[in-house]
Amino acid sequence: MIRSEILREIAPILHDHLVVCNIGLPSQELHMIDDNAKNFYMLGTMGLSSSIGLGLALAQDKTVISIDGDGSVLTNLGTLPTIANNVADNFILLIVDNGSYGSTGDQPTYAGKKTKLENVAKACGCENVVVCQDVDTGKVLQEAIDSKQMTIIVTKCDSGNIKLPVITMDPVVIRDRFMKAVAS
Amino acid sequence: MSISKKIVDDFVANDVSFITTVPCKQLAGVIDEVEARPEIFHIPSNKEDEGMGLCAGAFMGGKRPAIIMQNTAIGVTINTLATLTQYYRMPLPMLISYRGELREPVACQVEMAVHTKALLNQMNIPTYHFHKEADADELDAILKYTFMCNKPVAILTDASFWGGYGDQ
Repeated sequence: MIRSEILREIAPILHDHLVVCNIGLPSQELHMIDDNAKNFYMLGTMGLSSSIGLGLALAQDKTVISIDGDGSVLTNLGTLPTIANNVADNFILLIVDNGSYGSTGDQPTYAGKKTKLENVAKACGCENVVVCQDVDTGKVLQEAIDSKQMTIIVTKCDSGNIKLPVITMDPVVIRDRFMKAVAS
Repeated sequence: MSISKKIVDDFVANDVSFITTVPCKQLAGVIDEVEARPEIFHIPSNKEDEGMGLCAGAFMGGKRPAIIMQNTAIGVTINTLATLTQYYRMPLPMLISYRGELREPVACQVEMAVHTKALLNQMNIPTYHFHKEADADELDAILKYTFMCNKPVAILTDASFWGGYGDQ
């Protein structure tokens, strides 16, 4: 499966929760599949999906799922120690690991070579790290939500993209409706 | 009252309850004070752009955030300030140690000091410069201004403000 197929499959699970979605194609895909106020789309700032999600989870009680990519986590590798040392049991980091920088043309990442992000996360002190295959993402994600324990999921999938338009929503509109959904 | 305590009192009085820090020698006292306050969730960052991401999330979760960092971080965070904090119109008080100013013993710090105000100006970031201790009297108003206008705002604090650097 490629990332867009995983997102389509887990969309019914994501729908009930606050989602911080990574820049580029992941946000465009989620926007196309199930646009709603509980989705925060990153239009820029590669690497910060996990940081925004952790800050949000620490600030309030609702479950927060950050959708990230292997390339973006590598960009902001310092996030993993911060997550490990500031446990928010309402936070799930879902790393869609396709071993490539999807939005920029599927250039290979180091996560697709020797570096295993699940091992990095564990070495940083993250306690609940789950590795799964693409087809099992929904099941693993639901288990993580139900566990009410902070969980890092690394889901291994194929690289590849679908063609779809950019998000044209105004960022302040995205942020404002998201904050209303958080507060509701 | 120590200046560090006064600064953190102003944060607390303005309901700032989520503060991320990247340390600087000049900021050690204020970071200790942040850590000591039960009203504030203190979350150290490994890098300042990461910290701004944490602050963005905390703001959307209903908390008033702040970041405490060194002016070298301006070089690190331009993209995050432009495409996250400013683009989504979020407030962010940035208490910044202004290294490389008068009484600075480390020559390399001057290399970013000479760019600091120019970069902040280029980014249209409201900037205040604390040089004497009494300048901190404006902090309360600066924090109110920041959360009124939903912008990142820089508060540069130089060595003279902190009473010198090291053993000088």
